[in-house]
Amino acid sequence: MTQILEAESSADDALTDDLCFARFINVQKSYDGVELVVKNFNLDIRKGQFVTLLGPSGSGKTTCLMMMAGFETPTHGDILLKGEPINGLPPHKRGIGMVFQNYALFPHMTVAENLAFPLEVRHLSKDDIKQKVQRALAMVRLEEFGDRRPAQLSGGQQQRVALARALVFEPELVLMDEPLGALDKNLREEMQYEIKRIHANLGVTMIYVTHDQTEALTMSDRIAVFNDGVVQQLATPETLYEEPENAFVAYFIGENNRLCGEVVELQGDTCRVRLDSGDTVLAKPVAVSEVGERTTLSLRPERVSILDTGDATVDNCFTARVEEVIYLGDHLRTRLSVCGNDEFILKTPNAVGNTGLRPGQEIRVGWSRGDCRALDV
Amino acid sequence: MSNSSSAPLTTADGVPLRVSLRRAIRRSKLKALLLVSPLLLFLGIAFVMPIVDMLWRSVDNPEVSSTLPRTVSALDGWEGEALPGEPVFAALAEDLREGQQARNLGLLASRLNYEKSGMRSTITRTARRLRTLEPPYREALIEINDTWGELDTWRLIQRESSPYTLSYYLAAVDRQFSPQGEIVPVPEYLQIHATLFWRTFWMSAVITLATLLLGYPVAFLLANLPLRHSNLLMILVLLPFWTSLLVRTTTWIAILQSQGVLNDVMVALGVIADEARWQMIHNKTGTIIAMTHILLPFMILPLYSVMKTIPPSYMHAARSLGGRPFLCFRRVYFPLTIPGIAAGGILVFILSIGYYITPALVGGQSGRFITNYIAYHMQTSLNWGLAAAIASILLFVVVVFYWIFNRLIGVDKVKLG
Ligand SMILES: Nc1ncnc2c1ncn2[C@@H]1O[C@H](COP(=O)(O)OP(=O)(O)OP(=O)(O)O)[C@@H](O)[C@H]1O
Ligand SMILES: [Mg+2]
Repeated sequence: MTQILEAESSADDALTDDLCFARFINVQKSYDGVELVVKNFNLDIRKGQFVTLLGPSGSGKTTCLMMMAGFETPTHGDILLKGEPINGLPPHKRGIGMVFQNYALFPHMTVAENLAFPLEVRHLSKDDIKQKVQRALAMVRLEEFGDRRPAQLSGGQQQRVALARALVFEPELVLMDEPLGALDKNLREEMQYEIKRIHANLGVTMIYVTHDQTEALTMSDRIAVFNDGVVQQLATPETLYEEPENAFVAYFIGENNRLCGEVVELQGDTCRVRLDSGDTVLAKPVAVSEVGERTTLSLRPERVSILDTGDATVDNCFTARVEEVIYLGDHLRTRLSVCGNDEFILKTPNAVGNTGLRPGQEIRVGWSRGDCRALDV
Repeated sequence: MSNSSSAPLTTADGVPLRVSLRRAIRRSKLKALLLVSPLLLFLGIAFVMPIVDMLWRSVDNPEVSSTLPRTVSALDGWEGEALPGEPVFAALAEDLREGQQARNLGLLASRLNYEKSGMRSTITRTARRLRTLEPPYREALIEINDTWGELDTWRLIQRESSPYTLSYYLAAVDRQFSPQGEIVPVPEYLQIHATLFWRTFWMSAVITLATLLLGYPVAFLLANLPLRHSNLLMILVLLPFWTSLLVRTTTWIAILQSQGVLNDVMVALGVIADEARWQMIHNKTGTIIAMTHILLPFMILPLYSVMKTIPPSYMHAARSLGGRPFLCFRRVYFPLTIPGIAAGGILVFILSIGYYITPALVGGQSGRFITNYIAYHMQTSLNWGLAAAIASILLFVVVVFYWIFNRLIGVDKVKLG
């Protein structure tokens, strides 16, 4: 068991048992006995951490959350909470708070009754309940709304009630399944901030599910990127963005220029890749190990710069044709045709020297080898 | 826009906007009306008219006033203290003669017989000797039949001379007018309707409860099983609709009768002795079992339509908040299904109190409903006024239940799928 754990947690800093609060060990799940929806899922969560499961639709995020909450049983593997396996424990004994995508506020109860429900089933005294409900309402700034029905609240207010209800019985772990999915952009951002604030104040452990990468990047301590039922990478937001380990993560997190080619030379932390267009590029080998391997080069649009003619200090330097310029206020997105890729995006701040590009114009662009990561195909 | 706002807006061809809008709306309304007119016509003929006719018949009382017009006017002002005088008897003789020619004394005889037994034979016997009747009529008539010498007879004629009467309604609830005109219960051996009303209501309530208890879990399964299984289950639920009501009812006779399938199996298994076979048909048990079965879909479908709209996340939320399964059901799921329970309950109850064929076939004497007496008065006793009064009371009860339901829950909650 410990060997597996060590192997799995190698991507992150090693965890000692007492720090580790919740843990998925080699969890598999199949609904129909034919297809694995979750394949060998491993995740260690420390107390107080905010961990996000990020992935495209249908990648198994909700399924993992449901297994943690006890509404689905893993087909294989163990789920541990505070070191104890909880596979056989019914949902109501797990003491896990949960916020659902559609909030699942009980429509026939008032807001205060909704919040009182988890306290009543725990047989708290009337005074205690009243006090805790008031405190929870204050926490989400809805003191005046206790007597309303959920249907009489706006989406954002309902969301906050759902959050308060999941927290009011002081669970140590809170699960959230795309809790902001139904909100508009402004409200989303406000609620993201609110959730972060509450997380910081209460110090609860949170597992958060989203398919919105911005949300994941701004809120999380760590992010597990899901695809196809497998965790593609588990890392901090910075690491995910700066050092994606494979082509899926690079593509899924942030914007990304892709160039395909074959490794022709591999030397320490540099490799030379011959692109399909015939150009050669210097890159940083990440997921390639031998000469002759095919690779996808990943390059963030903001790491590409426009060069003056004659500038030769950069590792990679090419002539590009401007296809399209999109003005976005604080920055410009320029679509270029470089090395046979006419979807190549260049992102430049709206500053002196970067404006005035016109479609059809020929310019020189370049990037350093460290920013260009040679990943799998 | 430059012309002032007080000038009415016009369309391009100068017609005021409001007029042309009204014209356009009227046309689309007419079209809609045209589409529903066949149904409206049908409903008018097959539904509204019969109900109006029924309500009318339950109070309509033409027999005395139209057959005995002279007698009625001669009785005008009579105090009812002593036998009326010769003019009244003469008028009666005249009226009866005319009635005999018009051949409508039979109706009068039946009508008066409802109120006072013996009146039928009194009138037929009198009619037979009308030809030889000579004044003084008072003595002559009393000689033909003593009934004419009774004060009550004349009080009855006077009371029923109004073209409208409440006596059918009184009869429907086992009451009648005493000779003095007071409302009194009918003699005990004649009391039947109140018992039947009461039995109809409590048995309908039992049937409603039974369909609820049996239907609730099925509706829950229907709403929560994967589509493939729930479709099959739905077909099973709807299967009864595809077989004739008569077939289903007679099947129950085959199963429940004392030489029937169930009893045979029980005897074969040794659960009951051969001599002590269960009596499950032609009594209340039979009616309740068969009607519960027949009305079950009407409970399941509204329940299902409500349960389908309850997302599983409510129960998940309740469970994750720490509720035991039963508590979550009681506090969260069950309250959300109340509209379905009310809709199914009202539907089954209303259908049940108006059910005729099943109680008639499997109810025997003790399991009959009030509807069976409506049929009896329609077909056998031919007392249509009483049948109409009973039916009107049923209609009134249904309307009251419907009104309560609408106030508490709302009719828009009733959906069948
Ligand atoms: N109850 C179920 N029965 C059968 N298959 C299911 C069930 N729930 C989910 N699946 C399947 O499992 C896969 C993963 O579903 P899951 O809901 O975990 O995805 P998700 O990552 O949460 O997606 P989304 O972002 O759209 O919510 C999907 O292919 C889905 O069709
Ligand atoms: Mg999901």
